Amino acid sequence: MGRIAALTRNPVMIALVAMLAITGCASKKTPNSAADLGLNGAGAATPGSAQDFTVNIGDRIFFDTDSSSIRADAQTTLARQAQWLNQYKQYAIVIEGHADERGTREYNLALGARRAAATRDFLVAKGVSAQRLKTISYGKERPVAVCDDISCWSQNRRAVTTLSGAGS
Amino acid sequence: MRSFLKPLLTIAAMALGMTAAVPLPAWALVELNVNKGNVEPLPIAITDFQGGDALGAEISDIVTADLKRSGLFAPIDKSAFIEKISNPDAQPRFDDWKVINAQALVTGSVGKEADGRIRAQYRLWDTFAGQQMSGEQFFANDANTRRVAHIIADAIYERLTGEKGYFDTRVVFIDESGAKNARKKRLAIMDQDGANVRYLSDGRAIVLTPRFSPNRQEITYMSYESGQPKVYLLQIETGQRELVGNFPGMTFAPRFSPDGQKVIMSLLRDDGNSNIFAMDLRSRSTTRLTNSTAIDTSPSYSPDGSKVVFTSDRGGRAQIYVMGADGSGQTRISFGDGVYSTPVWSPRGDLIAFTKQTGGEFQIGVMKTDGSGERILSSGFQQEGPTWAPNGRVLMFFRDANGGPKLISVDLTGRNEQSIPTSNFASDPAWSPLLE
Repeated sequence: MGRIAALTRNPVMIALVAMLAITGCASKKTPNSAADLGLNGAGAATPGSAQDFTVNIGDRIFFDTDSSSIRADAQTTLARQAQWLNQYKQYAIVIEGHADERGTREYNLALGARRAAATRDFLVAKGVSAQRLKTISYGKERPVAVCDDISCWSQNRRAVTTLSGAGS
Repeated sequence: MRSFLKPLLTIAAMALGMTAAVPLPAWALVELNVNKGNVEPLPIAITDFQGGDALGAEISDIVTADLKRSGLFAPIDKSAFIEKISNPDAQPRFDDWKVINAQALVTGSVGKEADGRIRAQYRLWDTFAGQQMSGEQFFANDANTRRVAHIIADAIYERLTGEKGYFDTRVVFIDESGAKNARKKRLAIMDQDGANVRYLSDGRAIVLTPRFSPNRQEITYMSYESGQPKVYLLQIETGQRELVGNFPGMTFAPRFSPDGQKVIMSLLRDDGNSNIFAMDLRSRSTTRLTNSTAIDTSPSYSPDGSKVVFTSDRGGRAQIYVMGADGSGQTRISFGDGVYSTPVWSPRGDLIAFTKQTGGEFQIGVMKTDGSGERILSSGFQQEGPTWAPNGRVLMFFRDANGGPKLISVDLTGRNEQSIPTSNFASDPAWSPLLE
């Protein structure tokens, strides 16, 4: 299955790719978003697997500076996440909230927590059981992009939906 | 006998103004720093302590480094010395020291006692007045050589400035190593000059924001060791650890109360906002101090324990607020153009240090406790987290540049910035109190 075919069957993915092309870090070395992975291996994942979630749905959303509002592009991603999570109910879910480095450490722990909570609340509103959802904040302690400019900071202001093992 | 003593008195007078038992109006300090901050460092000669072989020179070097880094002293190079001190208890030839403009002179000796302890003594001389200003003797075990030197430096600093010294102090901090996206963070403790580093955690879990208890025996800090980030207590000597409180969500940003009986910290609410709580360490009872749908964090008590300064974004962006220790009368005090966080109350009670983000920069500054008189002491691309030296004259913070954070100190004039040597990257410094 070719890359073009995978992309045309998946219009949301194209939107994601376009969005990341605008905000993406020019010097990133490793895939650090769903869209990056999707370009490399969409379609290979078994439906319902964690890889399927990361690659075909998109496991993360991004935020504006010092904000925990769910942007329109993020709402699209989270709606897809909710649909998938409601289909595959075997997963427990941990939402990681992160901040960029342009804030002080303690404040950013709180900001990351607020982003994780906003993400959780959105998924709950879309029907995902609150019992399955936990949140954790990493503040600015776990950056994925490590250059010192705006394109990196925008990738680090994120909430990542992680599947913490099947069967719970 | 004319006014040769004057330079000494200038510093002493300045110092007395800043530590007067009767509090001066707070503006006096700010004015002093703005207008008279450019104090000419006092030329001082510190001779090698006699006896003890290399030990004598080591003590002299540590005293010299402490005084020099304070920015208030200009130690004279030993190669300029004329008189070779052979008996540190005898009156020196003052003329030999005056001619090299050493306005103060330190002599001393060090030796082993019969019981194995080190005995160190110093004398401080005013060369232009031609008299001894102070002299003291200290005993310590072998392991404490550096500490004895710091105590002597403190005594000299105090005699010449009229202020408490801060050299016999330690700093807890986060030692950082490894790539930026996989940083290993360890709790560590060292002397204020970067010597005697000791690790207090193994680096398996992220640890952040350590702070000393008033008796210097414990630290409170935040760790991810249980999965959820939580506030812990650690006994430094025994290594014994315990969780502070049993809260459902993340706890963070801890600090001790000045009496050491409470830890004040932020607790994450289920709605994603954070409020400030104080927990009594004996009764384990907790008191909620803020209840806002905002981020309330980084609480810090005033030294008398009656007030708390903290960060909140309840007004939109993060600003500094002050409230009573019971949560009453929450009042915003920062109104400048920018985002304010990490407020820390000075041990003197007169100032609040903070981090301010404005114009793409991170600044370290101080303001009076009502928010007026803001002064920026240091600016940089990425720096934050001031902590006070126990005498309230020097701040330490961390600056992220060249791939990772390093520790920096700056005095209240903003003119004497020094980097603290650490072998790895270092962040979140917290200065110990003085032992009474």
